[in-house]
Amino acid sequence: MPLNIAVCVKRVPDTAADKNLDPTDFTLRREPDESILNPVDEVAVEEALRLKEAHGGEVTVVTVGPEAALTKAARRALSMGCDKVVHLSDPVLHGSDAQAIAYALACVLRRGSYDLIVCGSESTDARTSLVPPALAEYLNLPGLFHARTVEVEGDRVRVQREADQGYDVIEGPLPAVVGINWGANEPRYPSFKGIQGAKNKPVESLTAADVGIESTRVGLAGSQSQVLGFAARSAERRRILVDNKDGNAHVKLADFLQEAKLI
Amino acid sequence: MDFDLPPETEEFRRVVRSFAEEVVRPVAEHYDARSEFPLEVVRQMGELGLFGLVLPERYGGADAEFITLCVAIEELARVDSSVAITLSAGVGLGAMPFLLFGSEDQKETWLPPMAAGEVLGAFGLTEASGGSDLSALRTVATRDGEEWVIDGSKAFITNAGTPLSKVVTVAAITGRSEGGKEMSSIAVAHGTPGFCVGREYRKLGWRASDTRELVFEGCRVPVTNLVGEQGSGYRNFLTILDGGRIAIGALAVGLAQGCLDESLRYARQRMAFGREIGAYQAVQFKLADMATKIAAARDQIYKAAWLRQQGRRYKAVASMAKLFASEVAMECAREAVQIHGGYGYIEEFPVARHFRDAKILEIGEGTSEVQRMLIARELGLPGAVPGS
Ligand SMILES: Cc1cc2nc3c(=O)[nH]c(=O)nc-3n(C[C@H](O)[C@H](O)[C@H](O)COP(=O)(O)OP(=O)(O)OC[C@H]3O[C@@H](n4cnc5c(N)ncnc54)[C@H](O)[C@@H]3O)c2cc1C
Repeated sequence: MPLNIAVCVKRVPDTAADKNLDPTDFTLRREPDESILNPVDEVAVEEALRLKEAHGGEVTVVTVGPEAALTKAARRALSMGCDKVVHLSDPVLHGSDAQAIAYALACVLRRGSYDLIVCGSESTDARTSLVPPALAEYLNLPGLFHARTVEVEGDRVRVQREADQGYDVIEGPLPAVVGINWGANEPRYPSFKGIQGAKNKPVESLTAADVGIESTRVGLAGSQSQVLGFAARSAERRRILVDNKDGNAHVKLADFLQEAKLI
Repeated sequence: MDFDLPPETEEFRRVVRSFAEEVVRPVAEHYDARSEFPLEVVRQMGELGLFGLVLPERYGGADAEFITLCVAIEELARVDSSVAITLSAGVGLGAMPFLLFGSEDQKETWLPPMAAGEVLGAFGLTEASGGSDLSALRTVATRDGEEWVIDGSKAFITNAGTPLSKVVTVAAITGRSEGGKEMSSIAVAHGTPGFCVGREYRKLGWRASDTRELVFEGCRVPVTNLVGEQGSGYRNFLTILDGGRIAIGALAVGLAQGCLDESLRYARQRMAFGREIGAYQAVQFKLADMATKIAAARDQIYKAAWLRQQGRRYKAVASMAKLFASEVAMECAREAVQIHGGYGYIEEFPVARHFRDAKILEIGEGTSEVQRMLIARELGLPGAVPGS
């Protein structure tokens, strides 16, 4: 059965570039040139493309945000092989928290009839991991999160859900929302042909009003959580001396590193 | 006036750069140290479509402009010259003779697997007795009914002995004309009786790139294996080499950039006499000179690629660009090692490898002397002999 897949992607600041918060409203200052497709979403895109290659169908990229969300994040997904883009952009959305974004995404996704909605488990800028579950809730669909594998058989989807010391196998009916974990696959590099082809793929541009978003539920004012302040984590130097009186300094050192989760 | 590359080319540059950083860099030292052909990396380069970039779509290529291939070679060479030359030679020397001069049959046989990176072709021109002087060519092909019989040997042939190597285009004397020897190119598939691929040379650099000696003893191939017209060899070699020069220049620019990037990083972190060495003017001036020369070399290479793309005369510019870029690469590699001090001489740092890899750029696809001779001839000076 061919699958109608939506993959939700976000643009994030280049992980290699410096990040800055806007001191006036505590939102992330995003330089358009330094935006990239959220690396975890790249894994989600790859998973969606593999499902399409296995089952046939179509992959629609859904993204919320200003121009760069389209030109940097969504375009990259198109270059990798997705078929088209739905792009929601509206000034009323500025400063939306994760829940408000999930609400906005739900308003967009409701307009299509997708069998599977695929998201990355987190974004490298905010790391809340809230969007996929909130999205499933708004859409009233089963949610399968933190997946390390995804399989579709008939009208059911099965994932291996990453757990602390292994994984659970969970299954649900389609349509469903799936959150993909970092490391689930090695995303492909876009080919030159893919990059060229991306220019001619259809893009649907929508405003908040087009999809019936209530403006009181989004933006800085409409968000239920507010960022009140921020502080940079201070890098702290510590010196630890491991004595070797009983001849097992190496064990103590290894234990220390393991406790600190450095190895 | 517009100095920007096409946006898709810039976007693809970023893709190749991350490929080079993520796939090539972690294993470059490994393959170099073992002088081993990086089959797995080359396979992934094929998947990325690098070998098909400039080939026509009907043969599985991407129909990209030549500049896009140059940018890809540049970005690979910034990290590892061996994979960059594997690509450059695979396309420029392996596929180009078929694309530019081959019969439809030859194109259909060889170009699709080459575009996919599944087959590597090679170009056998140089012989042990002399590479710069084309007229010294000794390999002979004699017509016998519907076959050519090839006798002779070739030296230093890139991509001739990898697990993906399936065909070599061989330059041979096919007769005599009033001007002297008549030269032609003939395709010889691997496995043809009488065609023997020698052992891998032990090289100063480009150690993960495959370089072989080839021997032909009564090697028979069908007359249809002629690539281009009989007697068109000389003219065709020069066309192949002109394009190859630009690609080698791009490789040189990439290597030089890699040297600058490594040196910048090192200069910021290495402390001496209480300050980072990058705070000392002697080091800063080295870095400033490197950056300046690289910028000039890059512009010249892109201009040569652009002229070629426009179908304009590019011969002299290609020679100048290759000459300049390869000497800039050598210089940057030397300064990069100097800035790294003792660590620059140790193989764990990539600059030691860059240093060894740089020298060939002043030799392959026409030595620096040959480039100067060609440029002098373009200036209208007498006497210089044409060469590779
Ligand atoms: C790693 C590697 C890969 C290669 N890959 C290929 C390949 O794929 N295919 C291929 O066909 N060849 C290949 N070559 C060969 C390469 O192109 C030749 O080595 C090069 O053209 C120089 O030829 P030569 O080595 O015979 O030097 P020579 O021609 O013997 O030159 C020796 C020196 O004399 C100088 N010289 C020669 N004539 C003059 C003159 N008239 N005036 C002033 N100086 C002069 C040269 O500049 C040089 O410094 C490769 C070589 C190497 C090392």
